Amino acid sequence: MNFKLKDIGPQLITVLAVVLVFGFFTYNAQVNMENRGIDFGYGFLSQESSFDVQFSLIEYDGSHSYFRAYLVGLLNTILVSVIGIILATILGVIVGIARLSPNYLINKFAAFYVEFFRNIPLLLQIFFWYFAALRALPLPQDAEPLLGVTFLTIKGYFVPAFIWQNFNIFFYSLVAAIIAIIVIRTHAKKVQETQGKQTPVLLISIGLLLILPLLSFLIGGVKLSFEVPVLKQLATTSFIYEGGVSLPPELIALALSLSLYTATFIAECVRAGIQGVGKGQKEAAASIGLTPNQVLKLVIMPQALRIIIPPTTNQYLNLTKNSSLAAAIAYPDLVLVFAGTALMQTGKAIEIVSITMFTYLSLSISISILMNWYNKKIAIQEK
Amino acid sequence: MSKINFLKPDKSNLYTFLYLGTFLFFVSVLDVLLNSFFSLNITGFLPSFLSFLLPLIIGFIGLYFIRIELSGIKQLDLLNKHINTNNFNAVLSLLIIFIILKSIPPILSWFFVDASFAGDSKDVCTGSGACWTYIKVWIRRFMYGMYPNAEQWRINLSFISLALLGSVGYFATDRFKKYLTLYYVIIYPFIAFLFIFFFISGGPVFFDFSYGIIAAILSIILGFFIPNKFKFYYFLIVPFALYILLKYFIFYEELIELGKLDGLNWVETGAWGGLSLTFIISFFCLIFCFPIGMAFALGRRSGFPLIRYISIGFIEFWRGVPLITVLFMSAVMFPMFLPADFFIDKLVRCIIAISLFEAAYVAEVIRGGLQALPRGQYEAAKSLGMGYWRMHIFVILPQALKLVIPGIANTFLALVKDTPLIFVVGLLEIVGMLNLAKTNPEWLGFAMEGYVFAAIIFWIICYAMSKYSYNLEEKYKTDR
Repeated sequence: MNFKLKDIGPQLITVLAVVLVFGFFTYNAQVNMENRGIDFGYGFLSQESSFDVQFSLIEYDGSHSYFRAYLVGLLNTILVSVIGIILATILGVIVGIARLSPNYLINKFAAFYVEFFRNIPLLLQIFFWYFAALRALPLPQDAEPLLGVTFLTIKGYFVPAFIWQNFNIFFYSLVAAIIAIIVIRTHAKKVQETQGKQTPVLLISIGLLLILPLLSFLIGGVKLSFEVPVLKQLATTSFIYEGGVSLPPELIALALSLSLYTATFIAECVRAGIQGVGKGQKEAAASIGLTPNQVLKLVIMPQALRIIIPPTTNQYLNLTKNSSLAAAIAYPDLVLVFAGTALMQTGKAIEIVSITMFTYLSLSISISILMNWYNKKIAIQEK
Repeated sequence: MSKINFLKPDKSNLYTFLYLGTFLFFVSVLDVLLNSFFSLNITGFLPSFLSFLLPLIIGFIGLYFIRIELSGIKQLDLLNKHINTNNFNAVLSLLIIFIILKSIPPILSWFFVDASFAGDSKDVCTGSGACWTYIKVWIRRFMYGMYPNAEQWRINLSFISLALLGSVGYFATDRFKKYLTLYYVIIYPFIAFLFIFFFISGGPVFFDFSYGIIAAILSIILGFFIPNKFKFYYFLIVPFALYILLKYFIFYEELIELGKLDGLNWVETGAWGGLSLTFIISFFCLIFCFPIGMAFALGRRSGFPLIRYISIGFIEFWRGVPLITVLFMSAVMFPMFLPADFFIDKLVRCIIAISLFEAAYVAEVIRGGLQALPRGQYEAAKSLGMGYWRMHIFVILPQALKLVIPGIANTFLALVKDTPLIFVVGLLEIVGMLNLAKTNPEWLGFAMEGYVFAAIIFWIICYAMSKYSYNLEEKYKTDR
């Protein structure tokens, strides 16, 4: 053991400073809470919340606990993030590929899209869609049906609801199909590595995904019917659609702006990834007789994905964090329901803000751990 | 003349195909053009479905006819290479041309032709276009927030002088170039701070500001007579010493009298707002987040385990939470952590919160640059006998920062785009002011104009910043 004062000194000072700052904060917090007569504790989570949330995925009303309100907010956050991630990925990949197109017009159009949407603050875009663009939609009674049975109105987007019978059988058939596909894929890979034979994995996978659920309809007794929204008069001038599923305008505005904004960043990731694969790789693959489809599938994409996936995951994380802007347009997400309404009612600032931050923190840390693991797995093993 | 095979355009009948294809292409463009600009449907006699698709079909056939490889006509080859390589590309090109043609007239008419510019009341806005009168009436609120109209020259004057002081770098001769870093890192932020907190907020403290100016000018003049060796320490100590000397020992009595005579009116920070607040917040956060981020980037790569873990914890914490919860924390939780009689201004709390938040992102960007440097640089610096700080200041950081210019620019762009979030603590910059003006009962229904106006402003700022960072990157690019 050789302790050196030179090594210990700076560390000791830093730790001391951190401890002092935290100690100062905790001491003040204790004094302040004592003065105001607030007690610290998480017991309020089981109390009755007595406020209503306008849009929730699980059953909820004022008689449920604060913990349930927290769950409602969390689920709404996850819902808008998942919708946003799916839309942003589709749009981002299309625009990213369009940016590499040899066609001058497509190229410039995609570049214009990227430059336009990423240089305007996200909050402004959310406000624009919610307060300006969606307010121009027709009232429920004037709405023209879209795709026959759906209605896009100022009060939200009304779509038919799925009514399932024996949904669990359908679900099991889907799971079975996915497991079968995974097994076939690993088998095909093994066959290719040992015998060099290619198996049409894609065709088999699509076939399985179609046939197994279809069988569940024919044999398993699964039935699917639709509940179409119907216009109903509430008062002389007030109409609403009943039945079906209604997507509130807040959700639409939020998902739309989040995906339009994040797609620009994903597009740049995709472009960088594909450009990052050397030209020589393509030429080498072509020279050993692979077809253009095989070149793309076996040579370009595996290498491009290695570059694309880490920054894209980062963008997904950003999208999830940005979904907290929902509070600005009153979409009942975690921040609005829990850090807004619940905080106002209970006054438990420290507890509620810390729970909210911890939720986001654990979300992003778990994704970064997953990312690090993935990066290690796909990293090029150099000899 | 050989037989014309319509299915396969080739070079032997070049001009036949060229004229026919060009004609068909222009007919299709003309159809859309007439339709969108003069709402004239020349194919109206056909069924609506066919009349809708006809330009696309005709244009497609036209483009197919002129797709002749190596025709020998320069323009045609260029056209084929860029927008007409195959059938799929031809369709996409046509669609984009049509979308542009279709969208120009409504946009033009909304922005200019049908828009109302004149007047100063809502009555003039009867057309279907934009109501720019709304922006005209509210422009002072959008620019300066609730800052009193009579005092707004203070904001203008501060920004203009800060911009002039900031552009000194462009005019500096070689003799002064070496002081520029010192100027931008220490003196300029200090002057900006004096301007904003003593000139824009005003009050009798205004005269602190004049002491500052006098101290700065005096110390710069004196600075020419100081040997180079001590210049760094000189500029570190003397301006502050002069300032304190002036304030408390020399002019004290007289200026108290002057301050009573005519100080500027005090404007509390709650009244600040609009675009000027966006600038103020972005500017200060930019100044603060950079050194903090740099410190944590170095801390994360430090050899001391405790410092490293604290840095990692700090960075990952701020990167893991959304800014809106950080602002929530600064608004409702932070006052609980301070002594009861200790009050920090809302704006200052906001600036601290955003700076710490962005500092974590800056730290990760700089760490990327530090990691990208080859080990040889560290070893070479050490072999010259440099210590930790000398090595980093003179060898490592200049190279690492050069590498991460794009990343830092992106972080700063994100910072500017994040400023509207301060509505959480009740400060209203331009987007917040728009939302306030939108709810004014006299001016209902002009949300669109306001958001478009703000979007244009933000777009110009952000686009200029990204172009500037691109220029910087090109300028400092060194071959490795």
